[in-house]
Amino acid sequence: MNFAVNDKTVLSAQALVKTFGGIQATQNVNLDIKAGARHALIGPNGAGKTTLINLLTGVLNPTSGRIELLGEDISELSPHLRVKRGLVRTFQINQLFDSLTPLETLSVVVSQQFGEGSVWYKTMGLSNQILERVAQLLEQFRLTDVMNTQTSKMSYGRRRLLEMAIALACQPKVLLLDEPVAGVPTGERDELLATVAALPADVSILLIEHDMDLVFNFANRMTVLVNGAVLTEGTPEQIANDPQVKAVYLGQTQIEGHTHA
Amino acid sequence: MLTILFDGLAYGMLLFVLAVGLAVTLGLMNFINLAHGAFAMLGGYTTVLLMQRLGAPFLICLPCAFLVCAVLGAVLERTLYRPLYSRPHLDQVLFSIGLAFMSVASADYLMGSGQQNIQLPQWLKGRTELGEDPWTLGMGHYRLFIVLICAVLTVILQLTLSKTRFGSQLRASVDDPVVASGLGINVNKVFLLTFAVGSGLAGLGGALGAEVLPIDPNFPLKYMIYFLIVVSVGGTSSITGPLLAALLLGVADVAGKYYVPKLGGFIVYSLMIVILLWRPQGLFSRSTK
Amino acid sequence: MMGEQKNSQLNKIQAPQAQLELMRISLQRGSKIKAQEIIFWVLALTTPLLLPSHAMMISEIAITALFALSLDLVLGYSGIVSLGHAAFFGSGVYSAALFAKYFLIDPTLGLLVCATVAGLLGFICSFTVLRGSDLTRLMVTLGVALIMLELANQMDWLTGGSDGLQGVLMGPVLGQFNFDLQGRTAAWYSLVVALVVFCFVRMLVNSSWGYTLRVIRDNRLRAMAIGVPVSKILISVYTFAACVAGLAGGLLAQTTGFASLDVFGFDRSADLMLMLVIGGVGWLYGGIAGAIIFKILQSELSAVTPQYWMFWIGLLLIVLVSVGREKIKGWFTREYLVSLLTASTNKSGGAR
Repeated sequence: MNFAVNDKTVLSAQALVKTFGGIQATQNVNLDIKAGARHALIGPNGAGKTTLINLLTGVLNPTSGRIELLGEDISELSPHLRVKRGLVRTFQINQLFDSLTPLETLSVVVSQQFGEGSVWYKTMGLSNQILERVAQLLEQFRLTDVMNTQTSKMSYGRRRLLEMAIALACQPKVLLLDEPVAGVPTGERDELLATVAALPADVSILLIEHDMDLVFNFANRMTVLVNGAVLTEGTPEQIANDPQVKAVYLGQTQIEGHTHA
Repeated sequence: MLTILFDGLAYGMLLFVLAVGLAVTLGLMNFINLAHGAFAMLGGYTTVLLMQRLGAPFLICLPCAFLVCAVLGAVLERTLYRPLYSRPHLDQVLFSIGLAFMSVASADYLMGSGQQNIQLPQWLKGRTELGEDPWTLGMGHYRLFIVLICAVLTVILQLTLSKTRFGSQLRASVDDPVVASGLGINVNKVFLLTFAVGSGLAGLGGALGAEVLPIDPNFPLKYMIYFLIVVSVGGTSSITGPLLAALLLGVADVAGKYYVPKLGGFIVYSLMIVILLWRPQGLFSRSTK
Repeated sequence: MMGEQKNSQLNKIQAPQAQLELMRISLQRGSKIKAQEIIFWVLALTTPLLLPSHAMMISEIAITALFALSLDLVLGYSGIVSLGHAAFFGSGVYSAALFAKYFLIDPTLGLLVCATVAGLLGFICSFTVLRGSDLTRLMVTLGVALIMLELANQMDWLTGGSDGLQGVLMGPVLGQFNFDLQGRTAAWYSLVVALVVFCFVRMLVNSSWGYTLRVIRDNRLRAMAIGVPVSKILISVYTFAACVAGLAGGLLAQTTGFASLDVFGFDRSADLMLMLVIGGVGWLYGGIAGAIIFKILQSELSAVTPQYWMFWIGLLLIVLVSVGREKIKGWFTREYLVSLLTASTNKSGGAR
């Protein structure tokens, strides 16, 4: 899968550091995501991948360092404003609105996007524009048949699809996917993978994933994070053949299978 | 002035003993128990009854109060509280308010609505004065007794937590009940014992402080806010947190009521609000729960 | 309904109008006015006519229902655990009473004043509930209510202290309807205000803004991650709920001509929560249903055991929370009632 990657950087972390008490969760991380990227972030458990995502999205404040989105410094920007600028993430553990249906959930998100989020005098989602976009999303993520089912009652795979749908509904310019297929039963995995693969080319994606199949099929660039610091970065081939990376991942067989990707 | 400080410290230590059970319950079972004061009230009434009806000496009443409340606590934990651990905090609040209401009404019905007075034994009625004006330290023997008992209890608690096996099981269960039970710790038993001891201590505090904090049917509601202040300001991740918070509260309250009686209540509440706004996890807490 | 989207290429670009209509209907389910609602309100408005001797009680129920609705906005819809909502109610009571006593006796103006005062207080306090855990919020809201109580107690030169503020005489509503001794005007006044506010809240709750409340309640983290300005919204809902609580308080002062310290009491906050437990949080009629049931229970039980009323409240709370309102609600569902009804009609041999 080749996407035309131009050299414009859409998201960059510069010398990012985060310490919790005595622990350095993120050590001097530099990360550049290019426009249209399919960039994967891998590393053993506890390497600080989710922490990095939390820093990038503003859920955590960095101890030091800088974050730039589309050329502008967003290091001080609050999370919901970063979303408004196009930096969107999904969560490793589904973060959904359990009492709402997918229809309601996506209507809320799309209303926010269309600037109608704080409208208090009209019933939600009456405009054709909003409904059309919601219908589109429901269709894209194959959720149309459960659109009136309460989220808490949906199957895990569907919930994961909704998780992704919410992120896409935010019209991201840069999308951070935190282990999108984690915990999804094999049957529903393919659906989810197809959706990830079909994501529009103008959305730049940073993917955290443990599943090496997914990573090597998807990414054109990889960063390896170990103990909060960047170990190395390169194309999937380079990473697969890197002895350092192999050493870090005890499961050498996983990487070996992809040395000729 | 030193006397005020001393009285404040005594009051604070008493509040600590009363509230420590609540702090541990909250930290351990993540359960907001607003009925905690009811156990203190029970301890107070037990003492009153034993002293007035049976003529028992004050010192005997204290362990009795502890036992009665500990047993009741154990029974209630097993039957009523346990099913509610996983419920949202709101449900727990409502439940414990209900329990508190019932205890208030029962006390009113059984013991009458008046304040109960106890006769302190002769040896506690004295007073020792040290130093000279204006730095006299006047220590009522009763309050001195309170400070001593509470200090001893605090040390026992701290040692139990840090040196005994039960203590480490308790700390593990507070940290992560799921992992703890995976390690073979009988978390249910830990919860039960902890709740019982916490309730017992409340009862002991109620008995011990019967003259400082008068016993009447409204006790659980009147002093609930104080216990909650100790717990929320002190945090639930240690014993020293609530201790310091209780001492701070005790001194602030006594000093406030003495020097600026008109603003007495305000000082405490405002202080609490300010502290909680500044550090929502408590003044002395390590975690950011 | 229409399987067109699978076949036609054209329809892939745009969902068929039929599906949009289905979606629209689904989303509007909450805001569509149902027949039961109209019947309910018409009935409510005629109760002062039907039960003239209970007029004051009807007025109280309307006021309490409004108060409960305001807490439901904060607790049920936004998920903010608050033990001190009485602070706003009480400030409404006293500001309306004082306004009538020292300034103007026009009731509607008085309502404006108490809503503003309570709203201001709510706005200031809203910053305290933004951060921290449930316990912190509980403490801080309780603390505020206690401070208000202390304040009212200490400023007895203004508030009458523990004796309360007496002799609040009101002018005619809208210059026309005088407050009569029986309380009929009071009942209608309270009911109408309650209805107007209710309609407004209904509109709010079904709007986008209303949905962001639920979204914040369900998952604050995700709410932030979809661009919802959480703090701003919480401040606005808290302020608004305080206004409504203040309105309810003002109504109380105006209809009873009296203000006392217990309006700030913890009892009030606890009673309110009980009402929401009975009626259910997170739906518009929860507070109303709870208020009606609670008030009726209260008047019945107080007659029997005036002193130990608290015992039964406590017991009710424990039972409701332990058993779970869902289970008890199941006894009142349409299916269950219908089954009872059909059973009895069958027994009496009636044809259906």
